[in-house]
Amino acid sequence: MKHYILIIACCLFGFAYGQNCNYKLSGNVHDFHDGSAIAGAAIYIETLDRYTTSDIEGNYSIENLCKGLLTLEISHLGCETKRIKVQINGDTQYEINMEHHIEELHEIKIDASGNPKLTKTSQETQLKAKTLERFSAFSLGDALKQVSGVSSINTGNTIVKPVINGLHSSRVVVMTNNVRLQDQEWGIEHAPNIDLNASGQINVIKGANALAYSGDAIGGVIVLKPKNISLKDSLYGKTILGAQSNGRGYNLSSLLTKSWKKGWYATGQASYKRFGDFKAPDYYLTNTGMNSKGLSVNTGFKSFEKGFNVFYSYLNNEIGILRASHIGSVEDLVNAINKQEPLVQDDFSYDISAPRQEVTHQIIKADFYKRFKKFGRLEFQYDFQNNQRFEYDVRVGNDKDKAAIDLTLKTHTLKSNLKIDTNTNAIYKVGVNVGFQNNFANPETGVRRLIPDYDKFDFGIYAISDYKIGDNTNIDFGLRYDFNKIDAKKFYLTSRWEERGYDQDFGDIVIDDLGTQLLANPVLTYHNVSVSAGITHQFNANNSVILNYGLANRAPNPSELFSDGLHHSAARIELGDLRIKQETSNRIGASYLFNNEKLSLNLESYLNHIKDYIFIKPTGTELTIRGAFPVWDYLQTNALLYGLDISANYKFNSQWFLNNKTAFIKGRDITKKEALIDIPSFKTVNTIGYSNKKWLNFNAELQSELVLKQNDYPDNNFEVFIPTTEEFVLLDISTPPPTYHLMHFESDITVKLSKKTDLNIGLNITNIFNTSYREYLNRLRYFADDLGRNFMLQLKLNY
Amino acid sequence: MKTLKNLSILFLSALVFTACSSDDDNPEAVNEEEVITTLTATLIPATGGNTITLQTKDLDGDGPNPPVVSISGPLAVNTTYNGTLELLNETESPAESINVEIIEEDDEHQFFYQVTNSLATFTYEDFDGDSNPVGLAFTATTSATPGTGTLTITLRHEPSKSAAGVSEGDITNAGGETDIQAVFSISVE
Repeated sequence: MKHYILIIACCLFGFAYGQNCNYKLSGNVHDFHDGSAIAGAAIYIETLDRYTTSDIEGNYSIENLCKGLLTLEISHLGCETKRIKVQINGDTQYEINMEHHIEELHEIKIDASGNPKLTKTSQETQLKAKTLERFSAFSLGDALKQVSGVSSINTGNTIVKPVINGLHSSRVVVMTNNVRLQDQEWGIEHAPNIDLNASGQINVIKGANALAYSGDAIGGVIVLKPKNISLKDSLYGKTILGAQSNGRGYNLSSLLTKSWKKGWYATGQASYKRFGDFKAPDYYLTNTGMNSKGLSVNTGFKSFEKGFNVFYSYLNNEIGILRASHIGSVEDLVNAINKQEPLVQDDFSYDISAPRQEVTHQIIKADFYKRFKKFGRLEFQYDFQNNQRFEYDVRVGNDKDKAAIDLTLKTHTLKSNLKIDTNTNAIYKVGVNVGFQNNFANPETGVRRLIPDYDKFDFGIYAISDYKIGDNTNIDFGLRYDFNKIDAKKFYLTSRWEERGYDQDFGDIVIDDLGTQLLANPVLTYHNVSVSAGITHQFNANNSVILNYGLANRAPNPSELFSDGLHHSAARIELGDLRIKQETSNRIGASYLFNNEKLSLNLESYLNHIKDYIFIKPTGTELTIRGAFPVWDYLQTNALLYGLDISANYKFNSQWFLNNKTAFIKGRDITKKEALIDIPSFKTVNTIGYSNKKWLNFNAELQSELVLKQNDYPDNNFEVFIPTTEEFVLLDISTPPPTYHLMHFESDITVKLSKKTDLNIGLNITNIFNTSYREYLNRLRYFADDLGRNFMLQLKLNY
Repeated sequence: MKTLKNLSILFLSALVFTACSSDDDNPEAVNEEEVITTLTATLIPATGGNTITLQTKDLDGDGPNPPVVSISGPLAVNTTYNGTLELLNETESPAESINVEIIEEDDEHQFFYQVTNSLATFTYEDFDGDSNPVGLAFTATTSATPGTGTLTITLRHEPSKSAAGVSEGDITNAGGETDIQAVFSISVE
């Protein structure tokens, strides 16, 4: 504003005096953050092709200037080069603020090929655009398995939930474009509603140390960001087209960005995926198709000092669930397990029928930030998410096409963050967030609600400090407080209410009695404190270490509190408990990193003690008209998880490399002295790769994936009476499947079509030998084998 | 400057939006529509005698209470009974008959009758459009010698009726999903 007035004033002046070339431009160059003088900044007067530099006090002056517009380019070591325009209409004073922080550069600078981490002392891995593009046809959970220590818990192969160091669902927080994803993540068969094609990078932070995002991410945080946009006048984009043999799938994704030098930008992205029935080596997996449509728009303005962003995304997924996994009784489950192959096998089809899910997730976000001189950066953000989930069960009669589950989850969040960075060696961040969530379970389904109607209120506040000690050591501390309140209205069967003993403990929360059903109004509040501390130290150019500690509390999720009913895919009755309290994690992480020209090695170890760990296990059977069902209760115990994640890369020369990713984890119930359920087994992936720039940028990789049988598992097997055969049989739901080994191949070339356009052609083969296998963490492993061989062709056009 | 002003308006409206969402109405109760609470088998002797009813009733569905099984009396030896089944959803008032739905989708449903100790033999009396058995109507012929044992009545949804033995009433290869499985302790006197 000031400048404009100055310019106008100068213009008026200029008029009076006419042409004169004796004017002087002078001023001072200083650091934006702390106001200190910058000496030796190079100032290039583009219009005159002249140079000058700032002196020791940061002063500069340029003489013998004519009236007119000057373009200056100011550069200094470690600073963002700055271009400014100054109108000369007489002797002019102009203060130049330079931005002096390398890490900050990333936020406005473009095509940052560096690898900036979001945290300093966490065990963090970044997946870049190139890796994500390979997974264009797949899900977030599939892509994240590229990170050592991250596995997945699946329901079939299209519902893939990431597991970080053995923990998943509510224990893993997903941030997409700075919005905490609220998509009923508590359920194992609820995959994150993320279209990978909208993201330019993903950072995986293990453990709960990233307190700026949340205080309850006991497993970790997954941070997805759109691709950085360069501030230049340009229009660019990419299109990915893929086809694959297994599932006869095809996918299309396109992204277009328009940017202006002044700071405005707009990106539009759309993707479409379609799969039919997938195939195991020996049979089609009937009703496992998928139909996915995604759309996002990201627009705004950014400059170093201020900016804003408006983001909208839409994702609709229709997912078929293996027909053979829908069963009516324990006897059916016994039959399914004994049969060794799915009881329903049909020919290939693109049709998706019951059981199936249809989930639509929408996000609207607006944020803006402003930097204050000699202070820091302040930002505000509001986001709204609407998650609509339909689940269609195998039903009869008039209800055949009616959803059995119809939930709408709406979440509003308002947050503000302040970063004080006047001193590069001590950076402080504080933030606050307020959230409101409403869940509505539509009674039209004609099925008793699995998750009740509720209102949830969240409040969080945090402070983090990062200190730099010398050139090689970073220390950080964080503190966060969260308050959660959940106000639910739930119908209980009177018989269930009494069986749970709620009539003793919660008699006062019954607000309506309908005879066979009671309406209760539980209002539950939780106070959570989280703490993080970490240190990194670089011993020399090759060796560095990270040590960190995190304390985190997680309030129970609606499923753990309120579950109450029969799960058809598992033939079990799942029961939550209103008495469940929050779980507390104390996690210690230690990493060693080695890097030289040939070898890079990252060893990440961790120890996570979780007090009052919430888990589900069978506790007995209940008889219904369908037969007997095992009852799985949510319980709490004390757990200990520990492990080591290894990633190593060795370059033989500029063409050949060898890569290893290995994860080892143990999970123990230390109260009962037995193994925890659903802990990923030992996995090691070895890759040999070759690349040759001369052959159209040719890359090829051969990958061996070895997953050992999980030998540590709790024995939850039980005897069940089968009336049709009149005998007791052992229902083996615990024994993990055997060890398996798969081979995969990947290759690609890049052809330059024009100066600005290149075409990348990729050919991938997964499960080359069409090996039959089952994975312990796939919930459909009782019913069918995992996927067989798949050929995949991908065309990627960058323009 | 203008952008900032516009943004602040946006945030303020967002705040207002957040502040007024909840309502205090109680949710509507859901009466389960396709729950089968009650199965009643009525066996009428073809040549006169006592009608026998076997019933299993589970009013809380998937709730913790087990089904209540009642049997009116023993079956007579060497007797042919004309049998029918009635399925009800008694959580609704008046109780809803599920038989209608089964008859409408008779090709997707089949009942199976299994008896221990050869106490009786069952034959189907009703068939779907493909002449495959359904089992809502049947005849049961008791053995000549008295004894005790169990009768298991199973309803399968989407069984493969063409699989070996299924249309003769053998459940082994039937597949499908179990909708009902009721076990009755019977005696033939």
